[in-house]
Amino acid sequence: MPDDFVVAVASGKGGTGKTTIAANLAWAACESGRKVQYLDCDVEEPNGHIFLRPDITAGRQVTIDVPQVDSEKCTTCGKCGQICQYGAIICIKDSVLTFEQLCHSCGGCFRICSDEAITPKPLEIGTIECGKAGGIDFVSGKLNVGHVRTPTLIKEVKKYIRKECLAIIDVPPGTSCPVVEAIKDTDFVLLVTEPTPFGLNDLKLAVALVRQVNLPFAVVINRHGIGNEDVEEYCQAENIAVVMKLPDNRRIAEAYSSGKMIADVLKEYKEHFSKLCDDLGDIKEKLNEQGQLRIRRKNIQ
Amino acid sequence: MKIAVTSTGDSLDSEVDPRFGRAAFFLIGDPETMEFAAVANENAAGGAAGIGSASLVIDEGAEAVLTGHCGPNAERTLSAAGVKLYTGVTGTVAEAVELFRSGGLTAAEGPSVQSHFGMDN
Repeated sequence: MPDDFVVAVASGKGGTGKTTIAANLAWAACESGRKVQYLDCDVEEPNGHIFLRPDITAGRQVTIDVPQVDSEKCTTCGKCGQICQYGAIICIKDSVLTFEQLCHSCGGCFRICSDEAITPKPLEIGTIECGKAGGIDFVSGKLNVGHVRTPTLIKEVKKYIRKECLAIIDVPPGTSCPVVEAIKDTDFVLLVTEPTPFGLNDLKLAVALVRQVNLPFAVVINRHGIGNEDVEEYCQAENIAVVMKLPDNRRIAEAYSSGKMIADVLKEYKEHFSKLCDDLGDIKEKLNEQGQLRIRRKNIQ
Repeated sequence: MKIAVTSTGDSLDSEVDPRFGRAAFFLIGDPETMEFAAVANENAAGGAAGIGSASLVIDEGAEAVLTGHCGPNAERTLSAAGVKLYTGVTGTVAEAVELFRSGGLTAAEGPSVQSHFGMDN
């Protein structure tokens, strides 16, 4: 039983079907009586809610601390600008300028200021919504337009991961900092790809990342039947398990485009997700036997 | 009066660099004497290039900046120090300085481009 197991659904390439796989996996796991959490960490463009249609019952703002300068106390010594590595605060002649979008909230300027002229000011970077999608616990982060502190918001979303359930994390696409933050301290990564040259190219990047952070992983091939055999040959050569092949099917695309769950409206594909769920249970057992289950999950309540 | 001109090279014959924050060089000097010194721009790569470059020309004592485009963060920084900004400048640095001397340039009222313009151009 894949309870107390955190699975990240990621992909190098965008548009391969991360959310499709993550949401349907959550749905299938819930149908089979498991406790499931779905956490949308694709905070720049969260879309899990379109398919899971949760009832949102709680929400909160996520803020970071940015410097606020009291010009009465400031002696324009310039130390704040010298310590800031991001150009977010700078002393120009007789005034101090702040650029909140560039601030990384390191707190350096608050500490270095000997005039106590700089105090932390909360700046909203995004929101987190929680609710229920049937039996699925739903959590989703949404970054405010124009903000760039994606990993910070993802970290906050991941604080909602609970023990005693299968937590499915919908990861942003790519291989950059937000992805690293989203897969960090998870138990297992599912890399969703498509059997095209683009899919393969970006899969290789994602595999390199996941190997670098030393997480166990497997591949899901979506739209199986299009493109060529190169993805499967690559996985075979690299000894990477392919745990699911979801066929390319117009009816799947139709269900997707009307915001419906494949596992719900296309019964013949439900077993694909049920099987994936069972396979994840087996993977968890194997990892457990090998002593490879993550034990660094400090934030999990 | 000292002015700073963004430049693609280190001489007065170099073309004006169309980017302020990520300009390769600043030619800083006096338009009356035409004595200019080239300062390589360490801010051309990395983040907050506009703010760093504005800080550089302010520290060099420039009272006016001649460039192609300037983004909002650099404009705000230059403006805080009272540095006049002239955008849309093209040609060689010598030509730009000559145009400035003859009063052929009009100071900008604000930034000419959005943030990160210089990263793609």
